[in-house]
Amino acid sequence: MKKILVCVKQVPDTTEIKIDPVKKTLIRDGVPSIVNPFDAYALELAARIKDKEPGTTVTLLCMGPPQAENALRECLAVGGDKAYLVSGREFGGSDTLATSYILATAVRKLEALEGKFDLIFCGKQAIDGDTAQVGPEMAEHLGLPQITYAVEATAEADRVVVKKEVEEGFEMIAAPYPCVVTVTKPSFDPRFPSIKSKMAAKRATIQVLAFADLEADIDSSRIGLKGSPTKVKKTFTPEVKTSGVKLTAETSEEGAEKLFAVLSENHVL
Amino acid sequence: MAEVKNKNLWVFIETDDQGSAKSVGLELLVPGRRLADKQGGALVAVVLGNNTDAAVAASAEHGADEIICVDQPELAHYTTDAYTKVMCTLVEKYGPTTMLIGATNNGRDLGPRVSCRLNTGLTADCTALDIDDETGNMAWTRPAFGGTLLAPSLCPDQRPPLGTVRPGVFKKEEPVAGRTAPVTREHVDFAEGEIRTQLLETICETAGELVDLENAEIIVSGGRGVGGPEGFAPVRELAAVLGATVGASRAAVDAGWISHAHQVGQTGKTVGPKVYIACGISGAIQHLAGMSSSDVIVAINKDPDAPIFNVADYGLVGDLKVVLPILTEKIKQAKGL
Repeated sequence: MKKILVCVKQVPDTTEIKIDPVKKTLIRDGVPSIVNPFDAYALELAARIKDKEPGTTVTLLCMGPPQAENALRECLAVGGDKAYLVSGREFGGSDTLATSYILATAVRKLEALEGKFDLIFCGKQAIDGDTAQVGPEMAEHLGLPQITYAVEATAEADRVVVKKEVEEGFEMIAAPYPCVVTVTKPSFDPRFPSIKSKMAAKRATIQVLAFADLEADIDSSRIGLKGSPTKVKKTFTPEVKTSGVKLTAETSEEGAEKLFAVLSENHVL
Repeated sequence: MAEVKNKNLWVFIETDDQGSAKSVGLELLVPGRRLADKQGGALVAVVLGNNTDAAVAASAEHGADEIICVDQPELAHYTTDAYTKVMCTLVEKYGPTTMLIGATNNGRDLGPRVSCRLNTGLTADCTALDIDDETGNMAWTRPAFGGTLLAPSLCPDQRPPLGTVRPGVFKKEEPVAGRTAPVTREHVDFAEGEIRTQLLETICETAGELVDLENAEIIVSGGRGVGGPEGFAPVRELAAVLGATVGASRAAVDAGWISHAHQVGQTGKTVGPKVYIACGISGAIQHLAGMSSSDVIVAINKDPDAPIFNVADYGLVGDLKVVLPILTEKIKQAKGL
């Protein structure tokens, strides 16, 4: 029996984000929120350990606005046993270091309530930020070993064995418990919820950890916008090539001829 | 947070298991040179590994002013615990002003661990590096989705600010044969059990196709618009006559039409070929982040409003299923194939 924590984030579905062709800014309205896909893979790895070793518990931890509860309910339907949401204005604006500090504080709080986790799974990165920093930084705050880019994990009696993706292929790496494992896309898809598990997830209680719940254990100078070492100075859109040539034609056949002519003329090919 | 003792800029030179420098570290010596000169400090290559003579020599030949080298058996294969300890020990001892790390899997494993231990800021996957004129701080630019596309971030107080940069964003310079630089050697002791992870086995993936997008001169990429796995056939044919490498957008990879090894973009490879031909790729920001530094971009897309046209040098509004075979045939003729 293992005690597993899975960290999840609710993210905008970035594949749905488009650029306003006139203003050159992102159109965020109407973009659906989803469970970060890498976190869904992390949960699936945890659920597979639970399948093999009944009695294993999978606790979910998420930081985000109140509506992130929806993401947690989705996760409860596909392998999660209970869920905690860290939520509060005080946490807003945190960069990765501040976020990982808050999450690590929350993990310690949960461990005080429920006992130590053997494994902490995270997605390798969230698709809205793509930094891949929060997992390793949380591991560092907690003083735990880490294995990143996992595609499979086997929970042996006294160690976890992870298949890790590297540039040249894979590595099999072992680490003692407790350990943080960040997960990339495995060769399988996460499971689907059943009607029964969906109903149960809908009714489940999501426990909220507000700032007041963590206040005694947290250094408030290290959280939020103020407590974040990196500051975004300004944002801008990348330059649009004004010199670009856009060809249109009555038919695609004609277009192909035109394109070939232009590319040959300019020695592109 | 580590104390800054000089204006030196560090570049982490990651080595492979044979002790040779991985390309990205040498690439980072290029922006490193410019930034170090601007800040008035030395450009220092930090070489970690085992039997690293080749990597030390390559760092000097690629322009490092000084080299700090930790060469010991514990560093032969990358581990989070060993590399983090060594890097933090060096930063605390020497106090550099900034450090650049290649965003390989290992670099992305190491960076956050070091930044957290030193309690300093880290900016991931930077696509541009500069000094902020107002404050003299490093300005790290990376793609972001919080309202617009690029976000330069500063790390005004904590030191040293760290940033990772993906392979292929900068092009390494030709080495100057015989150029040398002074080398400072350090050794870090490890207690029994201090390195907690253990490598059991290495599985080389040679079964799948090897896709070298980073070094390709021409890339022909397909996206959602190709319509299915069979839709990559005309993409591959065009690539074949051009001697090009086949790339893909995330949409095509996620749909299972082509393997992840072909993916270009934020979660795939960053590429900078001479010619990039985007076929049926709308140009999601994540994709643009991975290919916009290509010398010439050609886009073929049915949708005249597709954002890919914003970055294209030559765009054609048309159906790739019709366009590609004609283009392929024309090129064959021109080449006398």
